[in-house]
Amino acid sequence: MVTEQLVEVQDLKKYFPIKKDLSVKSVDNISFTVKKGETFGLVGESGSGKSTLGKTLVGLQQPTGGNIIYNGLDVTKFNKEMKRKVNKEMQIIFQDPHASLNPRMRVGDIIAEGLDAYKLLKGKERTNRIYQLLERVGLRPEHAKRYPHEFSGGQRQRIGIARALAVEPKFIVADEPISALDVSIQAQVINLMEDLKKSEGLTYLFIAHDLGMVKHISDRIGVMYLGKMMELSSSNDMFNRPLHPYTQALLSAIPQANPRTAKRDRIVLAGDPPSPTNPPSGCRFRTRCPHAMEICSHQEPQWKEVEHDHWTACHLY
Amino acid sequence: MSHLLEVNHLKINFKTYGGEVKAVRDVSFHVDKGEVLAIVGESGSGKSVTVQSIMGLIPTPPGIIKGGSIRFQGKELLRRPKKELRKVKGSKIGMIFQDPMTSLNPTMRVGKQIEEGLIIHQRLSKSEAKKRAIEMIKLVGIPNPEERYNQYPHEFSGGMRQRAMIAIALACNPELLIADEPTTALDVTIQAQVLELMKQIQEETKTSIILITHDLGVVAETAQRVIVMYGGMMVESGTVFDIFENPKHPYTWGLLNSIPNIDEEEKKQLEPIDGSPPDLFAPPKGCPFAPRCKYAMEVCLEEMPSEYEIDGGHVAKCWLNDPRAPKEEELVALGREEW
Repeated sequence: MVTEQLVEVQDLKKYFPIKKDLSVKSVDNISFTVKKGETFGLVGESGSGKSTLGKTLVGLQQPTGGNIIYNGLDVTKFNKEMKRKVNKEMQIIFQDPHASLNPRMRVGDIIAEGLDAYKLLKGKERTNRIYQLLERVGLRPEHAKRYPHEFSGGQRQRIGIARALAVEPKFIVADEPISALDVSIQAQVINLMEDLKKSEGLTYLFIAHDLGMVKHISDRIGVMYLGKMMELSSSNDMFNRPLHPYTQALLSAIPQANPRTAKRDRIVLAGDPPSPTNPPSGCRFRTRCPHAMEICSHQEPQWKEVEHDHWTACHLY
Repeated sequence: MSHLLEVNHLKINFKTYGGEVKAVRDVSFHVDKGEVLAIVGESGSGKSVTVQSIMGLIPTPPGIIKGGSIRFQGKELLRRPKKELRKVKGSKIGMIFQDPMTSLNPTMRVGKQIEEGLIIHQRLSKSEAKKRAIEMIKLVGIPNPEERYNQYPHEFSGGMRQRAMIAIALACNPELLIADEPTTALDVTIQAQVLELMKQIQEETKTSIILITHDLGVVAETAQRVIVMYGGMMVESGTVFDIFENPKHPYTWGLLNSIPNIDEEEKKQLEPIDGSPPDLFAPPKGCPFAPRCKYAMEVCLEEMPSEYEIDGGHVAKCWLNDPRAPKEEELVALGREEW
């Protein structure tokens, strides 16, 4: 097993200002590492900041503070040109396969966008690379001449994957790559991604809200809530022994496809997630937490390793 | 006993530039009083069109009701004058839509939207309707009902909006509630709240529910009976236990195999269904699933399978259930995996 770090995130912050003295703290002081060759799953509800975190990692958003260390180098301290070089190794696959492909470009040109931007291949070589990529993701070379609207959702997601692969990245952020797809197609895309990970030696940051799929694909999982990381552990530990009350509620909320075990005790969280512009003091989860104590309202819990490789931020531990 | 709702041989087409799409091809089912029926299937399987036709929401044109009947409490709903239908829609049958943002009127106070049906159908006075609306807001678990009554949809969160939709749909105490993907747009913790609420209301009021979803977990948790749709047709139907424990159609096998098992310790590769759904402009002559089916035989491509009754109420539309077809053991022996 490789334990080398590929990406290390230190106290990363991304704030979006709305007014003077007021900002949405989408990502607030998050630290974690992604090891080479693993799939790191990132889960959380809408507004938890998981997509912002993913976009900040690949350079689509500029961090407000903190460091991103890629392969031992601090990317946040790079100048434009060096960032461009590093970003070639970090690609992203988007959620909505309808909105993320330019409808006026041919599929071949969409896939080759990265190749063209970095001036990697030209002419015959470029065409061959497009064909090869199309076949790699389960499409046919003749598809290169078609437009995105001629494809189904699953096929479009394959095109998005081929585009990300074109520049031979090492690290791919997959931002909810399957949530817009039908169940039977989801499994096709997941299998393709697992297959590519092996053959191309990729590392994934897999963002999703479907916990079942995240468990299936991830080696380790991080749980986010209102811009904070609440818990981080291996995928089996997370599902067998969730520590944070939020993780516990999240896991018990998954509807199970088994009519006999489905009607079990469930932790149903009261209320909605609070507004990220004005998060609760102390622990951000305390307003919905069934175990909230006095201390939770005035002191923010520390991020600590409670069990071996099992981190959480909660006053219970 | 007669059924609350009976749909027989329903056929619906849509006229498009590319020709006529056969969206629903001969669908028959029923709903009894107090039961929850789930309809599952992927996009384009015809599940939404089927229930929209119950509410008379299919625009004609481009929609064409090619044939069949929909009987509610013994009365035919299709081809009835609009005026008469209005008495049923909204008062005896309520509907919840997938996207609570686009299905609420953004320019109308939420309370007024709940009242609308009460004033029209139950002829309540304004003050009575307001009282009932506030009661409904409380019933669906929205805090501060008096204050919420006067707010607009944009002041509600996604989960709250879906609760408001449920309040609208249930205000007139309908006999049947149609929920078209009611939790698809919601986060898991909010989905759990809304499902819990629907279950609780269903137990209290004995309202029948048709629940459309693509999430098999939601089906297992809420429904008593299930219909699986594919390519505009029903391919299998039965109780939740029939469908989850003794499925008899390869498409149902495929659906169950393509979702990961939360309890699995060791990773096992998912088994997707290869290919993509059929083209409904020119649906295949035989079984619509045959081109993607691992078990397809020659007959499957040529002839539409008939409905085989497995046991009381469990029906599968697949040639494999024909007495002449090879048995499951033989298929396994032929190198086809056991589902």
